Amino acid sequence: MGKLFDFHGGVKPQTHKQHSTREPIAVAPLPDLLVVPLHQSIGGTPHPLVQAGESVMKGQRIGAADGNVSAAVHAPTSGQVIAVEPRVMTHTSGLPMLSVVIESDGEEAWVAPEPVNYRSTPPDEIRDQLRDAGVVGLGGAVFPSHLKLNAGKDMPMTLVLNGAECEPYITCDDMLMRERAQDIVRGGRIMRDMLGAGQVLIGIEDNKPEAAAAMRAAVAALGEDMRVIVVPTRYPAGGAKQLIRSLTGIEVPHSKRSTDFGVQCFNVGTAYAIHQAIDLGRPLISRIVTVSGNVERPRNYEVLFGTPMSHLLQLAGAKPDTDRTLMGGPMMGYLMPNPDVPVVKATNCVIAGSRALFPPSPPEMPCIRCTACVEVCPADLQPHEMYWFARARNFGKAQEYHLFDCIECGCCAYVCPSHIPLVDYYRFAKTEIWAREREKEAADQARARFEFRNLREERDQQEKTAKLAAKTAASRQTAEKRVAPKPSAIADARPAAIEAAHAEGTVASAPALSVDPKKALIEAAIERARKQREAIAPKNTENLSEAQKAEIAEIEARRAKIREMAKTHDEDASK
Amino acid sequence: MNNSPYIRQPASVQTVMLKVLLALLPGIGAYVWLFGAGVLVNLAIASAAALAGEALMLKARGRPLDIYLADLSAVVTAWLIVLTFPPIVPWWLTVAATLFAIVIVKQLYGGLGQNPFNPAMAAYAIMIVAFPALISQWPHSGLDFATQLDLIRGGSRNIDAITGATPLDALRTGLRQAVTPMTVQQVIAGGPAFGVLGGKGWEWIAGCYLLGGLWLWQQRVITWHLPLAFLAGIAVFAGALWGIDPGAFASPLFHLVSGGTLLGAFFIVTDPVSGATTPRGKLIFAVGVALITVIIRTFGAYPDGIAFAVLLMNICVPLIDMKTQPPVFGHKDD
Repeated sequence: MGKLFDFHGGVKPQTHKQHSTREPIAVAPLPDLLVVPLHQSIGGTPHPLVQAGESVMKGQRIGAADGNVSAAVHAPTSGQVIAVEPRVMTHTSGLPMLSVVIESDGEEAWVAPEPVNYRSTPPDEIRDQLRDAGVVGLGGAVFPSHLKLNAGKDMPMTLVLNGAECEPYITCDDMLMRERAQDIVRGGRIMRDMLGAGQVLIGIEDNKPEAAAAMRAAVAALGEDMRVIVVPTRYPAGGAKQLIRSLTGIEVPHSKRSTDFGVQCFNVGTAYAIHQAIDLGRPLISRIVTVSGNVERPRNYEVLFGTPMSHLLQLAGAKPDTDRTLMGGPMMGYLMPNPDVPVVKATNCVIAGSRALFPPSPPEMPCIRCTACVEVCPADLQPHEMYWFARARNFGKAQEYHLFDCIECGCCAYVCPSHIPLVDYYRFAKTEIWAREREKEAADQARARFEFRNLREERDQQEKTAKLAAKTAASRQTAEKRVAPKPSAIADARPAAIEAAHAEGTVASAPALSVDPKKALIEAAIERARKQREAIAPKNTENLSEAQKAEIAEIEARRAKIREMAKTHDEDASK
Repeated sequence: MNNSPYIRQPASVQTVMLKVLLALLPGIGAYVWLFGAGVLVNLAIASAAALAGEALMLKARGRPLDIYLADLSAVVTAWLIVLTFPPIVPWWLTVAATLFAIVIVKQLYGGLGQNPFNPAMAAYAIMIVAFPALISQWPHSGLDFATQLDLIRGGSRNIDAITGATPLDALRTGLRQAVTPMTVQQVIAGGPAFGVLGGKGWEWIAGCYLLGGLWLWQQRVITWHLPLAFLAGIAVFAGALWGIDPGAFASPLFHLVSGGTLLGAFFIVTDPVSGATTPRGKLIFAVGVALITVIIRTFGAYPDGIAFAVLLMNICVPLIDMKTQPPVFGHKDD
């Protein structure tokens, strides 16, 4: 047993985990129709590789990774593509997302698997294989795994396998560890070798003794040098940064990557998926999903991506008073727009919710600065101060108080005696700051464009003037030649003219005679230049182009909208 | 409720305030036992005045009455006012003090959670300045309930017959006698107001406040920082003076069990709204209150200085909080 480090704060809500661990993992029956969203990971949206009408095999790639920061998507079963179209995505917003709709043929006919011997294959190829097998972090963040599997540069690496699973209700990692521990260890082996990690630590909360025992047995059976470490049950012990802190004592700050500190952390489910992708050549097309909450038979299922959540709720027997579907746990999960959205790579848990299970929050009261939130904050923040600044729209100050270090774990809102939805305030402040940054960026770009236009016009004008000057110089030479063909003639003419003038008693004709052709040309050129300047010089905002006007109007509208949203939010908040 | 978290711990402002009231009960019990039931009458008067004042202001401000009256915060303020006043003050003084605390110090600044000053202490400070005599007249322990009631109703006061000096008062008077100044030991030995540790009887009340305070700590309504730092501050500062001249200054133990020290430590300094909130800030705040309290008690014109000390430190809270922000996760070496 390694020395355990403590992280600050945390809460101990009722776990409700015992309900869904009574039965082993079951394979969810194949649904008739699967809707596979193309964007299921952090990064670029994969390009569809199939069209409506095409037949696909189980495990066939249907979405190719868009660049390296992306992961491929595969057909979860064999059948026919009936549409590639936007469908409601697995997200609270209920916005549509390009999805491949597959009608299953019931054959479950696999493409030929392409296993890779990871010991004899260059790491770059393994990373490509993982990307093309669609392997992403299955703890919920769905970050493409191949991007995290680079050997440490100048420090010894530690691989942390996260089996803590601290959110209430969720037991998919627990059951996976109990039933498929050896495959997790095999996946961990691949990751360890790719990272060149000196040690492998497997963190499991102490409310999962069976899982810890199974993992220990698997490590021993495979003769691996990995340490299973049991950590106290306290939400959010399974947060990557909290677990890294508990196991290694290292605190990874916001905006830094753990790999810079010599640690890389993966969910145990990801380790399992990596084993499947490399050793067996099977792409990621399914995962373990806990179905719990307001259901008759809570249980873990192995579910194909694209399966509607309602299919699972039906299997588990959702009770009649179920009025909502949550993805994830009750602390950090998301409300689904409807129960028919598909299971995706991020779906670790589907919870049937009801008023009885998740009663509406009592009315929000003013903050009494009791600091209950400070005591439970695992990021060591001052949540009540951030709330105060977010509410006052003093976003600069909120950032100064480390708003972006907030991991939105919800502990503060969980304990708040004034029932303030604190995390909502932080999300609001964060989105406002992002919106302002985008707006500023747009304004900067507009300004840069405007300045470039001015610069270009100035340059054009200079070029024109230069051309003109050249032309003038040329014409002057001709003119001089024409007006004064012989210097001797001028010398002769002048005294004669002066004499004549004197004789006539007037000098009126003298200037006419002394007109310098050079001067006339210069005056004409100045006049032309003045006219040109008048024609092009911008008069501040009066002669903006239509495009610029439209852009300014757009920015104004956006500002007004944000103000409106902020106002509504505040009104809601003060109700 | 559309956003996570979807579950909440069963906690509310009402429970917090209710626990504070419950924690005061042992102290009130000892108070009644030692000084009679007059204090209960005052508690009732103050509670009613506080709720009425709160209701009036909530209505004027267009806030829901039911939620905010039920949070019990006004009752806590009312009780603290009564427990810092002598139990025989006339009813109108209690009402005026309570209304001042609720209407001006609390509601005019925005109500629950918004007041920069501790309402009970602000009320105490105003009243001791406005009515120094009434606030200084503490009954001797044998005063019967009928007389107490009569005094509360505004009956005439035969000062010598009804009052006895509080220990802090007796000490001050003794030490500052113009003709023959006494030493602390002489004052205590000769005074009927003094008991084993501090004031006669007051030791018991103080002990009961300590009991209630420890329960609040056990219930996680308060953290250890404020009471411990306050008590330690009192002990250290009083101890330093005592160390210089035990004849001229009272012992730290005397300071700890006299006046409002223990009530202050667990129920007044711990007011979350007007106090500091960072761990280090809490320590600075409480030590500051302790220092000013000892200074006022020793060198000032008022018998107890906790109210002024709290108000003075309330002023410093924004600065203290700003300057004592703890390092956040991952930035501890910055």
